[in-house]
Amino acid sequence: MSKSNYNLVCGMEVHAELKTNSKMFCGCKNDPFGAQKPNIYTCPVCLGMPGGIPVANKQAIEWTIKLGLALNCKINLFSKFDRKNYFYPDLPKAYQISQYDIPFCYDGVIETSYGPIRITRIHLEEDTGKLLHKKIKGEDVSLIDFNRSSVPLIEIVTEPDIKSPEQAKEYGKALRDIIRYLGIGDCDMEQGGMRLEANISIRKEGESELPNYKTEVKNINSFRFVEQAIKYEMERQEEILEEGKTPKQETRGWDSDKSVTFSQRTKEDAEDYRYFPDPDLPPIRFTKEQIEQIRDELPELPVVLVSRWEKQYNVEPRFSELLFSSQDEAKWIEDIFIMSEREGIKVNKIANTMVNKKIDFKYSDKPSDLVAKYKSANATDDISDEEFISVIKKVLENNSDAVARYKDGQTQLVNFFFGQTMKTLGKKVDAGYLKKLLQKELEK
Amino acid sequence: MLNTLTLKQALDKLEKKEITLQDINSDVKSAIEKLNKDLNVYLTLNEQKITDQETTAPLAGLPIAVKDNYCTRDLRTTASSTVLDNFIPQYDSTVITKLKKAGGHIVGKTNLDAWAHGSSTETSQYGRTLNPRNTDHLPGGSSGGSAAAVAADLCLASLGTETAGSIRQPSSWCGVVGLKPTYGRCSRYGVVAMASSTDSPGPITKTVEDSAIILNYIAGHDKYDGTTSNQEVPDFTQFLDQDIKGMKIGVVYTDIEGLEEIKELFIEQVKIFEKLGATVEFVKAMDPHHAIGVYTIIQRGEVSSNLGRFDGIRYGNDRSFFGHEAKNRIMLGTYTLSKGYADQYYNTAQKVRTLFIEDYQKLFQDYDVLISPTSPGYAKKVGVSESSAMFGELEDMLLEPSSIAGLPGISVPCYRDPKTNLYLGMNIVAPMFREDLVIKVGDAFEKNTKWNTWRNK
Repeated sequence: MSKSNYNLVCGMEVHAELKTNSKMFCGCKNDPFGAQKPNIYTCPVCLGMPGGIPVANKQAIEWTIKLGLALNCKINLFSKFDRKNYFYPDLPKAYQISQYDIPFCYDGVIETSYGPIRITRIHLEEDTGKLLHKKIKGEDVSLIDFNRSSVPLIEIVTEPDIKSPEQAKEYGKALRDIIRYLGIGDCDMEQGGMRLEANISIRKEGESELPNYKTEVKNINSFRFVEQAIKYEMERQEEILEEGKTPKQETRGWDSDKSVTFSQRTKEDAEDYRYFPDPDLPPIRFTKEQIEQIRDELPELPVVLVSRWEKQYNVEPRFSELLFSSQDEAKWIEDIFIMSEREGIKVNKIANTMVNKKIDFKYSDKPSDLVAKYKSANATDDISDEEFISVIKKVLENNSDAVARYKDGQTQLVNFFFGQTMKTLGKKVDAGYLKKLLQKELEK
Repeated sequence: MLNTLTLKQALDKLEKKEITLQDINSDVKSAIEKLNKDLNVYLTLNEQKITDQETTAPLAGLPIAVKDNYCTRDLRTTASSTVLDNFIPQYDSTVITKLKKAGGHIVGKTNLDAWAHGSSTETSQYGRTLNPRNTDHLPGGSSGGSAAAVAADLCLASLGTETAGSIRQPSSWCGVVGLKPTYGRCSRYGVVAMASSTDSPGPITKTVEDSAIILNYIAGHDKYDGTTSNQEVPDFTQFLDQDIKGMKIGVVYTDIEGLEEIKELFIEQVKIFEKLGATVEFVKAMDPHHAIGVYTIIQRGEVSSNLGRFDGIRYGNDRSFFGHEAKNRIMLGTYTLSKGYADQYYNTAQKVRTLFIEDYQKLFQDYDVLISPTSPGYAKKVGVSESSAMFGELEDMLLEPSSIAGLPGISVPCYRDPKTNLYLGMNIVAPMFREDLVIKVGDAFEKNTKWNTWRNK
């Protein structure tokens, strides 16, 4: 396909489950993926039994606000829950408790390498049960598992600021990383703990008005798929527009086997959810002080952390970024940095070593042990892999007889090669690392 | 006949060992055997044995009737709709848990208008209940079964629920006492939801004293209902036998249309308060006709959402089992919540609701309690509700303002027509969480007049 004259106009809606101990509106355990059997974490409330009444999970509300603050959102001091009424077998009350016109968070922004994406709103709601379509004794049946019913679910909605499929993918990942880093959700994509939806349209280059249509591609469960789905939609829509037609306003699904989107529901039969404030749940009021307290509890966010480390320890962000995904890991890494500095080790170097796995480590290791290990291994000169390999190659070339014998089974000759290489290098090296490289070359 | 004892009398006699629980139960049982077939009060009788825990607790295992919209563990709960014909809850509503803990034994589940929609019990899909005072007449509703159970001495006391009149109106029609607590005073957890923003569980009893006793055991904050209040629960019996001298009583609604039949009778009864040293003033309140609109819109909207769960997938019977009244309300509520209409109806109704709340706040600056007739007239004849779509709302009109404002109120018998044996009720309303005031005034009226059946045998 030739270079397109169209630009992408795309906003995203991302759902993520929060990992609170209990569910959003009842005391049941929130562990739908860890449950041994279906329907064990249920009660009259999350089963929608007559008389069941929801009571809001405070932790989930605070975490939602925490995420909002991390994404530079404003927070509504007065908020409420609303009922979204619709029928579906996985929705036992026939309404989902959600937030309609007053979400907890609004007007935020997240940075990506392609530019900022504005966050329209973040609201809190409850997840539905899970339908399983099976064949039992030759009969097609649909089963419902309510372990997931009423698990806290946040929805993060962006403005149509996403300009490329790659940016959509990066946004999704960035969001996941922040949610994980805050420790409020696992965002397990495969299990459905995080679900992506993209609102996609395209417009001619140079145009600035929003197109008069959009397609919503729903329930995408991987970052790669969202990138592919947007690419696919851009091409599909361009073909339609080039014919002088307007793509249908509709909801589409993503078929990951065929790598295509497909029509699910057109806007003509769009539902009216009859939103109204849930009379079972009193409105929620916060004071500015309470919000500031949550802000104070926010950890230093990854972006800030990485730039501070750059200033403070001279660590390149390309290393720092890869070294942690949770607050605990970040703390552990910084302990290493502090200790290294004290020991006179170049912090950027140990970071590099760790990123490139030239040293084995687990986040459960004692930082002092790791630094000691690094020191003993690296009481050495700085030698690049290229230099190592070129010397090894030379040694092997010069000793082709010995190589042949080695390959015949005299494996003890490895020590000979090792000695020769050390001699040729004439420097202090990490013996373990050199042996590894040598072995690799010999096996070629 | 020991079934004609009040709850308090029975407790006293049990304590003095003048009677046994078995004596009471056997009299209640034979009264039920004799009358239930005709009156249609109980839909389900409880076969569960009285436990030792119940007999040793304060209410001593005494027989209490419970409206069939309270979920009761292992005991069928239908809300008088065949949609739930086979529904046996796996859990007790909080009020029932509390009642059992206090030693109240459920004697049976009483009839109501299906889903508590109505003021007659005529929308029950298990047939109407008849008024024990005069069986040509209706008991009112929706807690008609519970009020009739008390009036006919088929229990010692009962539980009802009120959304807008459903405790007080049938209590008035059956000549018994009905106490609607403040919204949030008693937990709604486990009560089949009607209009969630006004549903209030409460007692229906023979005397004000009995209502105070029951309320003591069922009130209080519940972690399962976020709309319940943390307000401290006083011992309500301490407000009995109190002097009402110096209290300021405002009489409302005697000036509105539709009260001609009973107005003079009612005004005559109010005089007793002056004799007891209270000041009585006739005062204008916001026209209760507006409350009908507010309540109808809010209630229908909430109903349409609350009944959505009976979608035919669970509970055995599908949506075709809904009766005419429920279908009517679901459709109206669906319409008023629809896109483009929610603002016009639901949101406007909420604003008018606020006006009622403000009107009450103003009135309560000048008066301790406000009183009015409970219902615009006597119990209506059997069959009359079927021809009037707004039957309930008109009968409950005088109660709807205080219901939508969440206020506590009590209905006490205040007149008996000697020809028909039918009763009128007096509704006493107080500010939020001031059940003490309605108990105090209601008790004073009851003890200084001749209208209470059990005090004037």
